[in-house]
Amino acid sequence: MAYKTIIEDDIDILVAGAGLGGSGAAFEARYWGKDKKIVIAEKANIDRSGAVAQGLYAINCYMGTRFGENNPEDHVRYARIDLMGMVREDLLFDMARHVDSTVHQFEEWGLPLMRNPKTGAYQREGRWQIMIHGESYKPIVAEAAKKSADKVFNRICVTHLLTDEAKENRVAGAVGFNVRTGNYHVFKSKTVIVGAGGASNIFKPRSVGEGAGRVWYAPWSSGSAYGLMIGAGAKMTQMENRIVLARFKDGYGPVGAYFLHLKTYTQNGMGEEYESKWFPELQKMVGKEYLDVEASHRTHRPIPTCLRNHAFISEVNAGRGPIHMVTMEAFQDPHLEEIGWHNFLGMTVGQAVLWAATDVDPKNENPELTTSEPYVMGSHATGCGAWCSGPEDVSPPEYYWGYNRMTTVEGLFGAGDAVGGTPHAFSSGSFTEGRLAAKAACKYIDDGKAEGIRVSDEQIDRRKQEIYKPMEHYRIYRNEITAGTVNPNYINPRQGLDRLQKLMDEYAGGVTVSYMTNEKLLNIGLKKLKALEEDLEKVAAEDIHELLRAWELKHRHLTSEAVIQHTLFRKETRWPGYYYRGDYMKVDDANWHVLTVSRRDPKTGEYTMEKAPCYHLVEANE
Amino acid sequence: MPTFVYMTRCDGCGYCVDICPSDIMHIDTTTRRAYNLEPSMCWECYSCVKACPMYAIDARGYADFSPLGHSVRVRRDEEKGVIAWRIKFRNGKKDMELLAPITTRPWGKHIPKLSDTPAPSQEMRDSQLLFNEPKYIRLDDGDLHTLKSNGLTMKEGVYY
Repeated sequence: MAYKTIIEDDIDILVAGAGLGGSGAAFEARYWGKDKKIVIAEKANIDRSGAVAQGLYAINCYMGTRFGENNPEDHVRYARIDLMGMVREDLLFDMARHVDSTVHQFEEWGLPLMRNPKTGAYQREGRWQIMIHGESYKPIVAEAAKKSADKVFNRICVTHLLTDEAKENRVAGAVGFNVRTGNYHVFKSKTVIVGAGGASNIFKPRSVGEGAGRVWYAPWSSGSAYGLMIGAGAKMTQMENRIVLARFKDGYGPVGAYFLHLKTYTQNGMGEEYESKWFPELQKMVGKEYLDVEASHRTHRPIPTCLRNHAFISEVNAGRGPIHMVTMEAFQDPHLEEIGWHNFLGMTVGQAVLWAATDVDPKNENPELTTSEPYVMGSHATGCGAWCSGPEDVSPPEYYWGYNRMTTVEGLFGAGDAVGGTPHAFSSGSFTEGRLAAKAACKYIDDGKAEGIRVSDEQIDRRKQEIYKPMEHYRIYRNEITAGTVNPNYINPRQGLDRLQKLMDEYAGGVTVSYMTNEKLLNIGLKKLKALEEDLEKVAAEDIHELLRAWELKHRHLTSEAVIQHTLFRKETRWPGYYYRGDYMKVDDANWHVLTVSRRDPKTGEYTMEKAPCYHLVEANE
Repeated sequence: MPTFVYMTRCDGCGYCVDICPSDIMHIDTTTRRAYNLEPSMCWECYSCVKACPMYAIDARGYADFSPLGHSVRVRRDEEKGVIAWRIKFRNGKKDMELLAPITTRPWGKHIPKLSDTPAPSQEMRDSQLLFNEPKYIRLDDGDLHTLKSNGLTMKEGVYY
């Protein structure tokens, strides 16, 4: 093929994927590495890329220590209970103690943060959330990244990480292709910070036509954070911890501002409160330690998101749907009504479109809610991602190997969705993680850890052949048939994605089975994934755009395999409402109060699973 | 709502192609105008709608669940730093205009160029601090939180 090979050499820090996490990394890297070569490779255009492309109406992670509101450990405890204990508290504490400095910078850069006119503090939506006019959140943050980077390569789909041939298990850069020109791009780099995204679209979505685009997490979040790192042999953690969201039906518009600021609430189809009646039975499944309604009322300890989902799902399955959000009271106040609409326009325009199309005026009608298909990501109320080192002054020995946010592959760092065990980072926390990773990456280089990296032409050529194979495959077999998309020699990326979504849905606990799975189902799922993997060697791409979809699919496939392996490993139902292991329907703290860690051998594709201890932050005198 | 492009307004400038996060706004080789080639991968993020200088791009709610006859239009004004929305319901009973700021500062002027800032000291490199810290964390003289300063320790086991 006539595509050029473009080599960018001598990079110190390569940022693969520049959403909020990657932008934070690129920005901060310049401060610690004045003379370092910082390069960004981004699949889209960094002005509008990542999960925040569309904007946000809130920053969901802000301590407010400046206003005497919270300390970092308060946030750690919140994330801990919300995720049923399964978090990396060293990473969370570290993120939380720095996140305010990120937010204060954003305000200085021009991001409109709302203020409470009475107190002068930022306008709180909830204990951790502050309200913003964030339509241009991403362009503002991208500007900061651009000012720091030596070069920004937009429209590069990074497909693989390069590995060092001089030293085992060390990263050496990345490769990919330009989704517009088709050219092959090689980035030889001393370190790589993966800022790529989590995964939408690996479980069959509720809307399967055009509406499949209106997934909760961006459709371009293709699990590349995991695809890249798993492919390079990095250990992953908590990949079973997929998330299910209770959202406005079909549009998946956010509910945070509605619950917290507008004080709307939910009820079943009969207009009754339904949550509390499910809790006694649920308490038997998870234990009083995780669900204690009285204690929650008394101490403002939240009821875990998954458990509230459980009540929702149970009520609908009992035939008392739909669940409604009661907006008719709040929306009588014109100010609150305006906030309700702005909230969508700032981050989920599609929900406003849907209500306009269906004449749903929340002032006169309570809109329907639904629970979404599952998503695999690590920055919202879930913590999938790579097993990373924490900071020296916080982490216990099992969590520390020299460089903050470095994965188990040397020189390979993560931020945002890429880092496991750090839920509730959201936009500001992801940017902060990027900053932490950048500082550590600079230190790694300054310590001489990246000396003598060798990448052979053979490795570069091999990856090139691999990347363009779907186009080659198409060229060879296309003319065996008259027309159309049915070919005995290949499937196209859409067909492959449909198969992936169907099997994940049916075997790994998707929406059509009410999030239920078990060992037998998961093993069938694994078998089908294996067959799909073989077929992905025969995926065909008609053009460069389809080649992009082919590689996104391969990343989603690697992500899915990790999800099933982890789900199989954890023999309990830790997060009812996210998914259920029908063969182990209880929380089992005696055996499973641990983090799950996996590694896929890049040579053989074999998985090994292990348990890692779960450390908690406690008072020093306890 | 996936986006679509009006034939008589689009001049094929490609701004939408340049900005689309999903790589689905492309130029049609016959009409030499932009179009959405993969609606099921469209998040209705409106990035292209906002970027179009001809106001040629609009969105029609997803066919899966949206009846025809509605409209959500937008104008984003970088100079003035505001975004203006207009929402029209299908039944014509609601027609709302909403205005919001998008920035409080001239673009990019207040974002520091870190290559021009003084280099960090060795002491700072050896600390846990990031750029602008500790000042920017609390905006007072307080220092970074540590386990010690907050009277905490990390303990293995089952704690709630």
